[in-house]
Amino acid sequence: MTTALAPHGDLALTDREHRLLAWIATVDHKRIGLMYIGAGLLFFVVGGIEALLLRLQLAQPQANVLDPQSYNQLFTMHGTTMVFFFGMPVLFGMMNYLVPLQIGARDMAFPRANAFSFWIFLFSGIFLYASFLAAGGAPAAGWFSYAPLSEKPFSLNAGQDFWTLSLLTAGIGSVAGAINLIVTILTLRAPGMTIGRLPLFSWMALITSFIVVFALPPLNAALIALAVDRLYGGNFFTPATGGSAVLWQHVFWAFGHPEVYILVIPAFGFISEVIQVFSRKPIFGYSFVAGATVLVGFLSMSVWAHHMFAVGLGAPLDTVFALTTMLIAIPTGVKVLNWTATLARGSIRFTVAMCFVLAFLAQFTFGGITGIMFATYPLDWQLTDSYFVVAHFHYVLIGGTVFAFFAAAYYWFPKMTGRLLSERLGYLHFWLAVAGFNLTFFVQHFLGFMGMPRRVYTYPDLPGWGALNSISTLGGFLFGVAVLVFLWNVLYSLRRGAIASDNPWNAWTLEWATSSPPPEHNFDLVPPVRSRRPLWDLAHPEEADYRSAEAGGERG
Amino acid sequence: MLAEETSKDTLCYGGLRQLVPGRPEAGVFEPVSPLARSITDLFVVVMTLGALVLAGVTGTVVFFGIRYRARPGDDEPAPIYGNRRLEIAWFVIPAVIVAGLLGLSIVTARAADPPTTGTPDLVIIGHQWWWEVVYPQNGAVSANEIHIPTGRPILVQLESIDVIHDFWVPQLGRKMDAIPGVANRFWIQADLPGVYLGACAEYCGTQHAWMRIRVVAQPPAEFEAWLQQEARPIAPPATALARQGQALFESKTCANCHAIDGRAQRPNVGPNLAQLARRETIGGGVIANTPENLARWLANPGSIKPGSLMPDLNLTQQEVAALVAFLDGRP
Repeated sequence: MTTALAPHGDLALTDREHRLLAWIATVDHKRIGLMYIGAGLLFFVVGGIEALLLRLQLAQPQANVLDPQSYNQLFTMHGTTMVFFFGMPVLFGMMNYLVPLQIGARDMAFPRANAFSFWIFLFSGIFLYASFLAAGGAPAAGWFSYAPLSEKPFSLNAGQDFWTLSLLTAGIGSVAGAINLIVTILTLRAPGMTIGRLPLFSWMALITSFIVVFALPPLNAALIALAVDRLYGGNFFTPATGGSAVLWQHVFWAFGHPEVYILVIPAFGFISEVIQVFSRKPIFGYSFVAGATVLVGFLSMSVWAHHMFAVGLGAPLDTVFALTTMLIAIPTGVKVLNWTATLARGSIRFTVAMCFVLAFLAQFTFGGITGIMFATYPLDWQLTDSYFVVAHFHYVLIGGTVFAFFAAAYYWFPKMTGRLLSERLGYLHFWLAVAGFNLTFFVQHFLGFMGMPRRVYTYPDLPGWGALNSISTLGGFLFGVAVLVFLWNVLYSLRRGAIASDNPWNAWTLEWATSSPPPEHNFDLVPPVRSRRPLWDLAHPEEADYRSAEAGGERG
Repeated sequence: MLAEETSKDTLCYGGLRQLVPGRPEAGVFEPVSPLARSITDLFVVVMTLGALVLAGVTGTVVFFGIRYRARPGDDEPAPIYGNRRLEIAWFVIPAVIVAGLLGLSIVTARAADPPTTGTPDLVIIGHQWWWEVVYPQNGAVSANEIHIPTGRPILVQLESIDVIHDFWVPQLGRKMDAIPGVANRFWIQADLPGVYLGACAEYCGTQHAWMRIRVVAQPPAEFEAWLQQEARPIAPPATALARQGQALFESKTCANCHAIDGRAQRPNVGPNLAQLARRETIGGGVIANTPENLARWLANPGSIKPGSLMPDLNLTQQEVAALVAFLDGRP
């Protein structure tokens, strides 16, 4: 044990603490954050294995690796796991860990509610996976569970009820966590930390939390209605008895599209922090980045029916939702330009974290452009529910969110553990991830053009289909290797990594002003906050940001 | 083959053709109707624009990465906090682009999805996991393989009997959901004779994969002849074996789910089998329709299409042979 970890290290235990109880009974936002991240990564591995099984089945036309029911269960579990039990928890974990540190607070506003949010998420995930043991096995109606397929006559297995109840409880935990973050950011900021000086990651956490508070309740309402239908003979979504199949879609996507932004806005936060530090420049257009994201948050509530252009809603509704979707593309696109402009005239350090950021810029832009293709709704009439969609949203969620998370992992790991991740393993991880990811998903665009629908357990041996699918599967396994390298890097560096100083990257936000890892109470002393970059000001009093109003300082 | 003829006139997108090999399974980039072509044209515009934007962003990132990479002994660079005018321009320029795209979308949508007034030429009903096809013109009922006349738009009414399905034949026009309790209408068209492949595009349960569609576009006269024949009842059994099959069709309860009168819309739990012999595939496209395959199917549908709602009736080999003789009708 080294001295850097010893005094009040987050991962290290003090003498008085019980090894297990210290974690189970903790209300410390840092430990809760780490548990969120750890559990989320476990689900990432499980969801990843599910994805690779799907890819094995699809590697050849009419293969027999999986029977159709197993395939359908696995793609349902893959989607549900990645959205609710990897994506949200890992991002919540990062927000939990970093927000109080970034704003100079001792902890979250409601530490016990924070622990509640984590544990209810974990139990929801375990409950979902218990469905494999239930009669009829795991749910198989897709992560979107369209009615009436998800209703009793068509999905008789108890797994569907496990799915419904698991997401319901997970949703309650998410809302509690989001309220906690909002109150924390609004009330516990250090003196001088005005809203206009909030680090961008904390800004993104604030916006994400508001979206969670508004988007999860529709899902929970829909889930309760579905449970009533299935368990008590209700008729919300069963057309045969007077319900509406389309109603489920409206309510589900009223949650489902904001959910995409819940998964991607924290990633914008990662990118905004890392790109500043490794180009050695403050963000270009702080208020535009924050303001544009607020706009995205509002607009995200108004675009849901762009998932329903094939439903036949009619020209007026199709046009309105195409309009809102195109509007939301503008502030999203502007942020890419802000990040790119931040690079200009910088002094760019190609750390592993920065490499992931740069790959994010290209890949996220690509996913955004294919997104615009769906907003031009006549194209959606061809592409929706084809492999083109699968390619599109994986570019956003892996090429975007997961790559941003990797960047964040390399960037904040030293703060969380007191040790640096290995950069050498990191570059290997990076290149394998870039190659594997793009190989997997780039070719899927063409499968979509060629008419391959998504969610099929197999496909006819049409020219080109087998070859493209084989390439995609190969890429998937390559990406799997990249993730293994990352996990190995984490495990290795936890024990053997180079010792990190308090501020190994020469960063400027408050989390770098305390020890690595921080003490239980976070700060012995919070430095004065007189601009957006308090640690820059400390190090460069002559050129301090607080001398300039443009930099969010107090004097112009 | 018909498919060969298709290849000659439709390929206005030469460059992209290489990416989408083969016919009749060619997809979005080989439209054969004005409906589908309007969408393809929009594709080309949007993809070109998208490629320019992507090249611009990626190129700038790469350029900055090289030009501004850290060099040993670098000082901290001077901060640039932003540029209000530039940032406002960043809002305005994309706004103009997307306004243009929205305009193009509205125009294209009108071409690809014209008003659906009039009497439907076709009623297509989604089932787990096959398509029922009704021709209101003469009452013929068929399944999975849809014949249409070339050269004119066909108004389709789309329904579902159970869960949500989606009808998608990329070369002919837009896709459309088949929703229980809703009658959606849309147009398809094929200007050239040929076979056009499609599939159910909305996840609909266990055998979503084998709910494929074959659209056979024929010159109008050929289509009319086909349609008259499709409305006939099943051919009367010509051999003793086929007569035995006819008896089994009743006694083994096949008749509870399948009609064998070409105009009968009930029962429709399974496909109408009156003109089964004329179809290319069985089981929603899972196997070719040969007497041998039909025998395999009857012997155990679940072994070919696991989860199929057709039960295994535990038929003996002899019973299977009799039913094949009756249903296939080919000498």
